[in-house]
Amino acid sequence: MSGQRIIEVSNLHFTYPDGHEAVKGISFTIYQGESVGIVGANGSGKSTLLSLITGVIFPDKGEVKVGDVAVTKKTLATVRQKLGMVFQDSDDQLFMTTVYDDVAFGPRNYKLDENEVKARVEEALDMVGIPHLIDRAPYKLSGGEKRAAAIASVLSMKPDVLIMDEPTSGLDPKSRRRFINVLKGFSHTKIITSHDLDMVMETCNRVIILKEGKAAADGTTLEILTNGELLDDCGLEVPLSMQKCPVCGTCKQGL
Amino acid sequence: MSKIVESMYSIRMLDDLARKDTAIHKIHPAAKLLTTIAYLITVVSFGRYEISGLLPFVLYPMVIILLAELPAAQIFKRLLIIEPLIIGIGILNPLFDPRGWISFASIMIKSGLTVTACLILVSTTGLDKIAQALRTLRVPGVFVLQLILTFRYISLLTEELARMLRAYVMRAPLRKGVRLKDCGSFVGQLLLRTSDRAQRVYDSMKLRGFDGEYHSNGESRIAWRDVLFLISWSLFFIIARIHDIPAFLGLLLERVIG
Repeated sequence: MSGQRIIEVSNLHFTYPDGHEAVKGISFTIYQGESVGIVGANGSGKSTLLSLITGVIFPDKGEVKVGDVAVTKKTLATVRQKLGMVFQDSDDQLFMTTVYDDVAFGPRNYKLDENEVKARVEEALDMVGIPHLIDRAPYKLSGGEKRAAAIASVLSMKPDVLIMDEPTSGLDPKSRRRFINVLKGFSHTKIITSHDLDMVMETCNRVIILKEGKAAADGTTLEILTNGELLDDCGLEVPLSMQKCPVCGTCKQGL
Repeated sequence: MSKIVESMYSIRMLDDLARKDTAIHKIHPAAKLLTTIAYLITVVSFGRYEISGLLPFVLYPMVIILLAELPAAQIFKRLLIIEPLIIGIGILNPLFDPRGWISFASIMIKSGLTVTACLILVSTTGLDKIAQALRTLRVPGVFVLQLILTFRYISLLTEELARMLRAYVMRAPLRKGVRLKDCGSFVGQLLLRTSDRAQRVYDSMKLRGFDGEYHSNGESRIAWRDVLFLISWSLFFIIARIHDIPAFLGLLLERVIG
């Protein structure tokens, strides 16, 4: 794989205080410009893995490196500036009184001057296509608009890597399509966890499957998401767009 | 259920009002905060039997409500919510004190004025900016942060409560409220759910570089207009405190008529 190493996860282990062993020895490396889909059944360790990468929790064993920096309590501030995490529930991420203040929250924490903050907020809102919502209250937005605002709130920090937890959950078909198009336009390195395998198909060039806290497979999207047996074994199924047409029984052309 | 949703909207109404763009809203938060503090101190400093002296203090909330285009009815509705509490505090005065009705009236007027002043401050400034003003006035960051997060937690709590109540009512359509038997687990669940949710919100804050210091809307400078606002109102409060303006006006009127 070409490009600079952006995230390196080596032999990661994590057990929750209640004894549940959520991550059991996961290792992978993500390179600059890659879009990686992390998929797996419920409880396979996806969310725990994201928490470990972003330093919300720390591994019992193993290490996460962002660039050349290991994620530890001391390096959190540096590491988090490089990672933009979009939460599954946008309401968790939007807590200020206006969209502007929410998107400005990150840049202000890094003590940028107010003109730069303003420029970044406007740029981020433009990127996700909601510049007109700048002065609205976040709780008054629709689900799709909230998701866009949540993404803008991390884009404004100009992260190297965008990390998204179930980004299309709860979106209506049009909002989902709009979101996919926006995502395709980003040149960031991306890590996306999702059950929406069709979205992963469209937006990611690499897929890692998790099964019971371990990486069950790691390869190109086409290779992994067409392997029905593997997917079935991991509690998933072939993306709808790859399945045969229910009317005529043939596969889509071009796939 | 609907009451919970209503209170959710009423909290947000204060936020919405604070986003208006009138002359009052534009005044620096610190100036408004200090003016409010000066107002509270002077109103509270009146003796328990002095009523006529308090009357000129109605002017401040009236002027601000008009200039800031606040919905007076909504503000007074909120004021009524705490009145039972005030009545509870003052109701025994007439029983033990021969001039008790006067001191009772004075408590009612004082509480009405002070609570209105605070509601006006929040709805013309917004809690974020009040926090910013407190920081400008060198109040320790920890206290300011507590204030902000508590305020945010209230909406989180009501949202979660509304969701749980809906789920409860849908499966207990004949009941009016939550059964006493279910209250324990209901409240426990609410606590666990909101603390989980609060943890996620906090995580999302930390991931965006939050370090315990709350940076809102940049640091705006205090202008002459703000100083003038503070000084002129403070002067008015002092004059109204020292001189009994209604008595003076009454005297004047008597002479003119006489």
